[in-house]
Amino acid sequence: MNYLNESIDQLHQNLVHQKLSAKELATNTLDNIKKTDDKFNSFISLNENAPKEAEAITEFDTPLAGIPIAVKDNIVTTEMKTTAASRMLENFVSVYDATVVSKLKDQKAVIIGKPNLDEFAMGSSTETSYFGVSKNPWDHTKVPGGSSGGSATAVASGQVVAALGSDTGGSIRQPSAFTGIFGIKPTYGRVSRWGLIAFSSSLDQIGVMTKRVKDAAYVLNAISGHDERDSTSSMREVPDFTKALNKDVKGLKIAVPKEYFEIGVSDEVKRVVNEAIKVYEENGAIVEEVSLPHTKYVIPTYYLIASSEASSNLQRFDGIRYGFRASDVKSLADVYVKTRSEGFGDEVKRRIMLGTFSLSAGTYDAYFKKAAQLRTLIKQDFDRLFEKYDLVMGPTAPTTAFGIDAKNDDPMTMYANDILTISANMAGIPAASIPAGLASDNMPVGLQIMAQRFDEEAIFNAASFYEDYSKFYEKVPSEMEDK
Amino acid sequence: MISKEEIAHVAALSRLKFSEEELEMFTPQMDDIIAMAGQLQEVDTTDVVPTNLIVDEVNVFRNDEVEKMQTREELLKNVPETKDGLIRVPSIIDKEDDNQ
Repeated sequence: MNYLNESIDQLHQNLVHQKLSAKELATNTLDNIKKTDDKFNSFISLNENAPKEAEAITEFDTPLAGIPIAVKDNIVTTEMKTTAASRMLENFVSVYDATVVSKLKDQKAVIIGKPNLDEFAMGSSTETSYFGVSKNPWDHTKVPGGSSGGSATAVASGQVVAALGSDTGGSIRQPSAFTGIFGIKPTYGRVSRWGLIAFSSSLDQIGVMTKRVKDAAYVLNAISGHDERDSTSSMREVPDFTKALNKDVKGLKIAVPKEYFEIGVSDEVKRVVNEAIKVYEENGAIVEEVSLPHTKYVIPTYYLIASSEASSNLQRFDGIRYGFRASDVKSLADVYVKTRSEGFGDEVKRRIMLGTFSLSAGTYDAYFKKAAQLRTLIKQDFDRLFEKYDLVMGPTAPTTAFGIDAKNDDPMTMYANDILTISANMAGIPAASIPAGLASDNMPVGLQIMAQRFDEEAIFNAASFYEDYSKFYEKVPSEMEDK
Repeated sequence: MISKEEIAHVAALSRLKFSEEELEMFTPQMDDIIAMAGQLQEVDTTDVVPTNLIVDEVNVFRNDEVEKMQTREELLKNVPETKDGLIRVPSIIDKEDDNQ
């Protein structure tokens, strides 16, 4: 079955009233994915055992009971391999489940498959995946964005109703914008990272991608909360996010940074996003132009911090205890060098190299430390805004989805694409992308909504308002139309 | 301008090795990226405290309790080469070192 016109509420009702069983739902979901995935390449692995697992679910006493959910393939699962889309982990099967996976299972959700991503979540298009690029359901010649591009494609094409993604510099929001779905990166610390293959530990956060805003609230309810195994996960109470969908924007104070309409942002993106923000204003929100003066420095700041942390995190891939090991090696040093040189793709190597460079004696102060200081200034820009405003809004990405291979030759143009999403990770604040409308190229444009730390409720409220107004979820992606 | 030799040095530190052809490709790319990173020098950060992590809790404590998680067998499941329940690796000491 296809989920284009489904919601978790509706599916739940069908399950409760025995219009279909959890087993049928899992079977139909797998069948449809197999039928459509040649076209989209959303998944790296599927859980063939899902129908059997679902058969055991007979009581639908939680909203997610029996609902098939996709889990980005950098989040470890015991039923299926976890590859991080790398040759390095091509056949890796975890011996434990990530906390978010255990939490979904506690709610009786069914883990249906592992969507594609950029290798180790490093990229903005899924083109760095060892398993090939995923295709945008609005135009198969275009990328779905990244790194959570497989999750985005799976949701936007109706293969699943919900998918988990991870977001280090925009990896949930940018693909959500490119494929016309809702995606939320919660506050740093809201969701445990235990079992998420680490890229940049101070920036990584797991989040949710769905067509409908309420569906994301259900899934975020399930995965949030403190975890003993992740000491950076917050001890704060987790509210019921489904109660925050009040569509109430009267008196809401919205800051719109002027820098988010400057650097490299296309006219069409500006137009569609401005029109969306105007709808808030017409319905009683107070919209004011503000400045985030350090925006022009976020790309170098991000690439230094994230790559430095990555170069350290990826040291563990040495060919000894798990993963790929190069053959024909004579010494231990050879195992390390040959395994890593053959196991990692080019983009991962570039980041390891940049990180190693920036952390080296002689360059540390000028690069890594300087970037960490810039991070303070970027965060302070936001702190100042949130003294006066409830939300910050702007575009999610500077352009609509670009063509496959269009930016592959030049890492710098690819990096520039992250300029509007990085800051939320830098400041540790929650941020979401909601479809604002279609641009003249008939591709979706994302409206980004950012809030103070731990105020995801403000995002859900504002997003539910615009969803209700635009009803974008009724639009069928062009590649899905019967031809 | 960063040189091919400098890139090869960083590669060695990263336990990566590049062919001559790959070095030709990586060096200008890394040069561009490092030049971009250089833009940060124009910002005055005197007395700005670096931010490395944004969390509420400063220290997190837990009881030091033994917890059974995985068996030896499970933990060895992903090891590329094992022997007698141990991880097998190529010889660590070179033959020449042996003779010294």
